[in-house]
Amino acid sequence: MFDPIMYLKVFLVGGFVCMIGQILIITTKMTSARILVSFLLFGVALEALGLFQPIRDFAGSGITVPIIGFGASLAHGAIDAGNSMGLLGVFTGGLSAVAGGIAAAILAGYLVGLIFTSKTKK
Amino acid sequence: MNEKERNQRYNAYVSAKMTKTKPWPSLFHAFWVGGLICCLGELIKDLCLYISPELSTQTASTWSLIALIVLAALLTGLGIFDRIGAYAGAGTIIPITGFSNSIASPAVEFKREGLVFGLMAKMFIIAGPVIVTGVVASIIVGLVYLFI
Repeated sequence: MFDPIMYLKVFLVGGFVCMIGQILIITTKMTSARILVSFLLFGVALEALGLFQPIRDFAGSGITVPIIGFGASLAHGAIDAGNSMGLLGVFTGGLSAVAGGIAAAILAGYLVGLIFTSKTKK
Repeated sequence: MNEKERNQRYNAYVSAKMTKTKPWPSLFHAFWVGGLICCLGELIKDLCLYISPELSTQTASTWSLIALIVLAALLTGLGIFDRIGAYAGAGTIIPITGFSNSIASPAVEFKREGLVFGLMAKMFIIAGPVIVTGVVASIIVGLVYLFI
């Protein structure tokens, strides 16, 4: 806990992932929705290949905070619940693993939408 | 003027008007802001573990993601997120803050089109594809693991 070396690793890996995203934006002119979807799929693939956990052990939040971690949680949930509950687990596991994040984003987005009004651009 | 020529002219006009982001500085901006957001996530996770040591690492990191999501939504509402985003580009899009912003931003923007078909429906204009892709891909991966 509060290990400076860990924070350095988090910073470098997290920054590197974001830099890859920025390179994609510049070179392919991808919209942010496409960027998010591709990184999410990349996370699912990492988890499916069993590569996510070693990276997570190394970089902690550096890989779980980027949307890659979201994809990996989805895949991890589906695999895990599939092992313990069978076919139903495959369907319930993914969303339950990320339910906290999605619910928080929906609630926060909804409240922010209710409270704030967009300023018309001048 | 035929259509092809017109499209070409239009594209040339758009690229001339577009604000040019210089590639090298923007990579650096994305790097340090993205890295910093990840460090903030790690800090919140560590604080959670510090306050209640009985939490599992998994639970603590979920809490830190929720905190980042709420923070990003709030900053979006205040109009601060857009300013950071204009500077950092992918540095704010790739972390979970970008997912949160993609929900909160259209919620604020489309409120004027009504509560149900504006705010609530348009919230998912970017997050929808993300969730659909994630769910479908995770089910495929789960099925593969189940039967192999």
